[in-house]
Amino acid sequence: MHVLSIDRSIIDAIVAHARRDHPDEACGVVAGAVGSDTPTRHIPMDNVARSMTFYEFDSMEHLRVWREMDDRDEEPVVIYHSHTATEAYPSRTDVSFAGEPGAHYLLVSTREPDSEEIRSFRIVDGVVTEEPVRIVEAGVDPHAVQSYMFGQSPATVDYECSGR
Amino acid sequence: MAIEIRIPTILRSYTGGAKVVEGAGDTLGDLLTDLDSRHAGLRGRLVTEAGALHRFVNVYVNDEDVRFLGALDAKLSDGDSVTILPAVAGGAFGFAAAAAISSHSAAAAAISSHSAAAAAISSHSAATAVAAR
Repeated sequence: MHVLSIDRSIIDAIVAHARRDHPDEACGVVAGAVGSDTPTRHIPMDNVARSMTFYEFDSMEHLRVWREMDDRDEEPVVIYHSHTATEAYPSRTDVSFAGEPGAHYLLVSTREPDSEEIRSFRIVDGVVTEEPVRIVEAGVDPHAVQSYMFGQSPATVDYECSGR
Repeated sequence: MAIEIRIPTILRSYTGGAKVVEGAGDTLGDLLTDLDSRHAGLRGRLVTEAGALHRFVNVYVNDEDVRFLGALDAKLSDGDSVTILPAVAGGAFGFAAAAAISSHSAAAAAISSHSAAAAAISSHSAATAVAAR
């Protein structure tokens, strides 16, 4: 079974991005070394749709970021976006568009003002498979790991941007 | 005349796994026809039955989005590099975009340009938001 292992600091940055753009959907990428399955470099992307119910990468930013990953021998390990009024589960739209079969599709729901639902999925040929999200506390102890599954969010955390 | 084409992961099943292939053509449309002769089915993933570039596929010639270069009529020259990237898009709003994708040709007819699609999506979502209340 696949698992998404991701550093707490990256999750915090993604949640902060989602909170900042709420009620519009936020989107972005976490790059990692090719074949490593380890997301290391958070790249928040513009949502050109600027919509509460739709996101789309800007085509020129998309090209620039994908080239940069190529140059650094990286790939999009995580592609994330937020749902701002519904659960963190891929919509039919998300499934139709999913074009990176190797990526973890991370969804963050910001519908609750003070907690986030964070879930991860593989989307391959129209089939959605949920996987556990394992948050690694690298800053504290690289071996200390907490697992979250099936929409269980971390206990309430006061993310730095949540009050804005 | 050789033009380099960078193929995204999801379309490498058409190129035997190759990340970069070569082709020839005076326009993007010609190039895709040329590619399809060796990589059958590839063109159909990029071009609708109506003969337009799919709305949610990004194609670039060198550093330019072909939408600004005439789409399939974009002129190519020897040494150009063409990059194909599936659009990264989605969102909570379900049916209009999903329907657009599941029936490619209908979508192409209905959604002929970037801005029209965005307008269609935002007006649909506005309608949904109102209906939901």
